[in-house]
Amino acid sequence: MNSTMLQYDVVVIGGGPAGLAAAVKAREYGLNVLLLDENDYLGGILPQCIHPGFGIHYFREELTGPEFSHRFVQRVKDLKIDYFVKARVLEIKNYSDLEKIVVFTSPEGAFEVWTKAIIYATGARERHAFEIGIVGDRVAGIYTAGEAQTLMDIYGVMPGKEVVIVGSGDVGLIMARRFALEGAKVKAVIELMPYPGGLARNVMILRDFNIPLYLSHKVVEVRGKKRVEKVKVVKVDENLREIPGTEFWIECDTIIISAGLIPQVKLLTDIGVEIDPATGGPVVNDLLETTVPGIFVAGNSLLINDLVDYVAEQGELAAYGAKLFIENGGIPAEKWIKLEKGNNIRLAVPHYLSGKRDVYIYVRVKKPMENVVLNFPEIDKKIRLPVVRPAEMLRIRLRKEEIAKAKDKITIEVIQQ
Amino acid sequence: MTVEVYKFTCIICPLSCDIEVKVENGEIKEIKGYTCPRGKEWAIEEITNPKRVVMSVIKVKNGNMPTVSVKTDKPIPKTKIPELMKLLAEIEVEAPIKVGQIILENPLGLDTKIVATREVEKA
Repeated sequence: MNSTMLQYDVVVIGGGPAGLAAAVKAREYGLNVLLLDENDYLGGILPQCIHPGFGIHYFREELTGPEFSHRFVQRVKDLKIDYFVKARVLEIKNYSDLEKIVVFTSPEGAFEVWTKAIIYATGARERHAFEIGIVGDRVAGIYTAGEAQTLMDIYGVMPGKEVVIVGSGDVGLIMARRFALEGAKVKAVIELMPYPGGLARNVMILRDFNIPLYLSHKVVEVRGKKRVEKVKVVKVDENLREIPGTEFWIECDTIIISAGLIPQVKLLTDIGVEIDPATGGPVVNDLLETTVPGIFVAGNSLLINDLVDYVAEQGELAAYGAKLFIENGGIPAEKWIKLEKGNNIRLAVPHYLSGKRDVYIYVRVKKPMENVVLNFPEIDKKIRLPVVRPAEMLRIRLRKEEIAKAKDKITIEVIQQ
Repeated sequence: MTVEVYKFTCIICPLSCDIEVKVENGEIKEIKGYTCPRGKEWAIEEITNPKRVVMSVIKVKNGNMPTVSVKTDKPIPKTKIPELMKLLAEIEVEAPIKVGQIILENPLGLDTKIVATREVEKA
């Protein structure tokens, strides 16, 4: 392959909110940055997320997805950051801590970039129908929520008229509203778990449009000749096993799968980055550096976030990490303190803390609980919370003095008050 | 005497407070659970005159994207939403369009503007 050789301090892979924030911050630190995205435009998934609710923390005002991304894209242009769209990264090579190569193609040709650090911000993919055990006819009318969103909100095309939504996560609920607003009949939202999967403010959409929500139910089968005609729904018990005799059919022409997101980490696993099975993203330290020195990760490829504000925050932290890494030829810490998961904790990121800096930890619980204490026994820290829900990620600040109290680990656990 | 208790989750910010409103004979008697004045105000409005910000996309001629995303610059009464959506489905605008550009002023006599939220360049 004839490829053009480029050289940068930092290559940011992914032009969504994490990558944009990382590129802007790294440039502000004076680093020479290249930003790569495979889509036709910068912004990642945001240009199609036309609903409000973005940027309340970051910009202190409520924006839509396109507005949020526009502000960052404008910064990228103002700072004259080099970027490629329609760029597909094929491979990352890790020669040494400060010598890495990113191989990519674009309509302009094939390129190899020498770089000192990489910020990986490729986002997530959607879980599809086969992954959640839906069988039956392979007909038209089955979409993921994100596909339906692209069709409606980028191309202006209605995917269907009578809709069943599988999964009550935020994307599914937001698409329930979009379909209802555009005059489609949303016949049901089917949720496997006994509680809704989305943020409370999005669950309210169901009340707004009188959309029935079936908790502890799953869609098991699709029937139709050329297009979806009906879906079979069944109730599940507390172990998520189907209860025989509870099956019923719902007639519809479209089903929308909103069954969760999975971090995209293929290029990272190719070079041996350690993955946390709980998040699906890489194991990282408190600068979001992976187990391969000089490769940092932010946004939904690190862990699935609820709020874009946290995604941008992670991008900026990764940029800070890249700056320290380049200045010092590595991230120094005499000892890393491990963040351990205790009672009712599904995931906690970052995995290793240095005690040299304050850190935000992102935590998700396994099941809902009321009147609880988030307890950090090794450092004598307690946070009282009225409620914890799996759908709502907790973001907790630990000060470096607090972290430094621990010897080798800090456990986080949820206990009943 | 009729007493009704409405329970809902505040959508003003991501804190998502659970607010409870007690209504006696059509009069709001008690509001619990809010943590900020905006939440309290919203809860009262949610009972008396629910409003929502509306978002959609509008067709674009000669643009690098086929649609532009828009929103109302203020929440509008929930009852007016279907009519507004019909109106938005009928119109078409010409590229280029800037973020913040006003597409329609006071549509249907509603005290709001339809504002573009995406940039569309000329194709």
